[in-house]
Amino acid sequence: MSANLTLTRREVLGGLTIALALPGCKQSRISSGKASTLEPNAWLRIGSDDSITFFCDRAEMGQGVYTSLPMLVAEELGVGLERIKVEFAPPGDQYINTQIGGQITGGSTSVREAWEKLRRAGATARLLLVRAAAQEWGVDARTCKVVDGVIVSPQLKKLKFGEVVEAAAKLPFPQKVGLKPASEFTLIGKAQKRKDTPAKVDGSAIYGIDVKLKDMVYAALAQPPALGGAVKTFDDEKARAMPGFIATVLTSSGVVVVADSWWRARKARDQLKIDWDDGPNATLNDAKIAQVLRKGAEAEGRVARNDGDAAAAIKSAPRVVRADYELPLLAHATLEPQNCTADVRADSAEIYVPTQVQQIAQAAAAKAAGLDPKQVKVHTTFLGGGFGRRLEVDFIPAAVEASKVVKKPVKLIWTREDDMTHDAYRPPAFDQATGAFDAKGNLIAWNLHLTGPSITARMFPSVTEKMVDPFAVEAAANYPYDVPNVHVDFRQQEIGINVGYWRSVSHALNCFVAESFMDELAVSAKKGSYEFRKALLQKQPRFLRVLDLAFKESHFNTPLKGHYHGLAVMEGYGTYMAQVADISLKDGKVKVHRIYCVADCGQQVNPDTVVAQIESSIVFGLSALMWGEINIHNGRVQQTNFDSYRVARMNDTPRIDPYVIDSTEAPGGIGEPATALVAPAVCNAIYAATGRRIRSLPLSRHFQA
Amino acid sequence: MTKLNVNGNAVEVDVDPETPLLWVLRDSLGLTGTKFGCGMALCGACTVHLDGEPVRSCQVPVSAVGDKPVTTIEGLSKDRSHPVQQAWIEHDVPQCGYCQSGQIMSASALIASKPRPTDADIDAAMAGNICRCGTYQRIRAAIRRAAEIKLRG
Repeated sequence: MSANLTLTRREVLGGLTIALALPGCKQSRISSGKASTLEPNAWLRIGSDDSITFFCDRAEMGQGVYTSLPMLVAEELGVGLERIKVEFAPPGDQYINTQIGGQITGGSTSVREAWEKLRRAGATARLLLVRAAAQEWGVDARTCKVVDGVIVSPQLKKLKFGEVVEAAAKLPFPQKVGLKPASEFTLIGKAQKRKDTPAKVDGSAIYGIDVKLKDMVYAALAQPPALGGAVKTFDDEKARAMPGFIATVLTSSGVVVVADSWWRARKARDQLKIDWDDGPNATLNDAKIAQVLRKGAEAEGRVARNDGDAAAAIKSAPRVVRADYELPLLAHATLEPQNCTADVRADSAEIYVPTQVQQIAQAAAAKAAGLDPKQVKVHTTFLGGGFGRRLEVDFIPAAVEASKVVKKPVKLIWTREDDMTHDAYRPPAFDQATGAFDAKGNLIAWNLHLTGPSITARMFPSVTEKMVDPFAVEAAANYPYDVPNVHVDFRQQEIGINVGYWRSVSHALNCFVAESFMDELAVSAKKGSYEFRKALLQKQPRFLRVLDLAFKESHFNTPLKGHYHGLAVMEGYGTYMAQVADISLKDGKVKVHRIYCVADCGQQVNPDTVVAQIESSIVFGLSALMWGEINIHNGRVQQTNFDSYRVARMNDTPRIDPYVIDSTEAPGGIGEPATALVAPAVCNAIYAATGRRIRSLPLSRHFQA
Repeated sequence: MTKLNVNGNAVEVDVDPETPLLWVLRDSLGLTGTKFGCGMALCGACTVHLDGEPVRSCQVPVSAVGDKPVTTIEGLSKDRSHPVQQAWIEHDVPQCGYCQSGQIMSASALIASKPRPTDADIDAAMAGNICRCGTYQRIRAAIRRAAEIKLRG
């Protein structure tokens, strides 16, 4: 997700309305408790005990916001990162991500969106504290400084933050707050240790699945085996006889069994006899989905880019290259299975949930409980992986409905099989690419006709009412090459099952097609992958820089003996990237030895996190490339666990060499882009090795796995 | 009642004998550092030491544990001082962190049996532990570092 959107409140809040809350920068105030605090905005609380609490309004799912966001505040506040305690924020309009339009952690937006906002939050707090101290000393505030979290007067008198919070809270709210220039940064751009690492190496970090409440009971859920199915009738006689059984509850998601331990709930669930209605997808299968997409592709789509007249240029061109590409459904497979703990009472509810969407989660829980969203508290835990899966809230209502019936806190945990077979899958695609050369061999036209289901049409329909789904045309509409006639359109073709945002969203689909096809065109033009691209990127300095560095570092044109190189470039989330894959083939197997990845993501906040996200994204993309595929038979997902849905392991992982360009441009997103370049880079290397052009994934369809 | 020796403590739990050790640790004993990932010994998130050997606790019925000592992530050290934990902190290995208890238990068993693990040893010992965040490169580096820390004493 990357476009700037304005979602309707109905979408963000799931059809329920709540009173508009104050915007993020509210007036400073003193809280009502005994200890006075300064809360200059929604993200900061400074206590009279000199404590500083940062309310992290984005979910920590591995991407490092638990560290990078407080860094932004600490930089301007003038304190070391270790001084700041992090708590996860509740839902609230003050926490809306202005790049998406809801309190949403996604689209690699967290740092980009917070970049100015949180520095300003820190600067505002510092200004109030300094003014309060200056007032006490009777000096001009402009002559005071903050040194290591202590306010210092020109006479070198010192006051701690905690000593002036009460006075600071009474001061008028500053209208203008200056921010440090990049040259004065002491934290931003300097590698900081992750604040969540200690809790993640001793087992103390609390994920949703770890929540424990007083009198809590446990639940397992039987969901319709066919996607879109429903319960006709069920018989729980045998389940009732199981040890620890407490209740069966027919919920909107299926039949929940509640017991005194999760293991017992799960054993009892397996004793349910359920007559399922398979619903509209009773005969859906892979062949039908492929057919529906091909048929859908016969119609024009909505235009995402139109330079010149690509159709006319193609019609009259002496040389035209065409190719069709196909991509499969994919599961997210977060390692922490979906779960939710709900505590529903007569007129209030609390949920404890690993979620990327606090407000949507709140609305979903409220609806399931029959309450107003204001009556629902949401506690966000650490997320055991997100990747877009936890933008969905399908695991919340059943927990809430069960808790409402048994009148106790209920922890509902999906099994791995539940999770694998009931995802909102990465959309499949059928894409048609056309390129045309003039008589002199210049590339004069590029046409990309994309066909697939739209995630956004389901989740945020107000967006697709107005425009082509922006999350279907990434890495396509921003085609960077200097070609006079460019046409990109997206034909929305639904397939009957829900599709969802998956790390890098349509970048992963479209970059595979666009960058594989660029290599096809290079072959047709009898030019090298690098030389062909470079000639068409002369007006794109940031692209050229990453392309050239990847070329140089990988010794692109001179791979080791028996090794082959493939290249891909992309701009996504404001980040420019080039990847080179170094592969070999042995005994019919593709071995990826090394991935060189050059990123220009503008100003880095925590450089070590930037590198970690590049490494992470590449491994994620590699799993999808090599084996990732969800198959449907009679509406049922055929993959059930990590035996049938293979993901990369230690021994599958190539050496990854990240290079990050020094830059003071505005920060770009880094949690996702590198995922998208792996497939085209590797497939272009396969072409170099074998002359075989791979136009459908995963590779396990074409080579030994 | 089933008697167990967990992290050096004698404990008793009242559970069905076929209950996997994983769920006894998590739900009966509150040791939630050991994670549920797949329930089929495919992902390694539930790895603990049974008599010093790494096992997938989702596949060990509690009745099979007997008097063999069980060590979980909570019992590896009191203060994150185990060489593997030190190395993990040094390399900032975890991202989402969900798999890391299992990774650390597999890695600590590896360096206990092979003080100087080769790349092939690391591949073999760690292939059963999935990390969806793809921290493998850092895990490999951290295992080498942990081995160094341990050898230096």
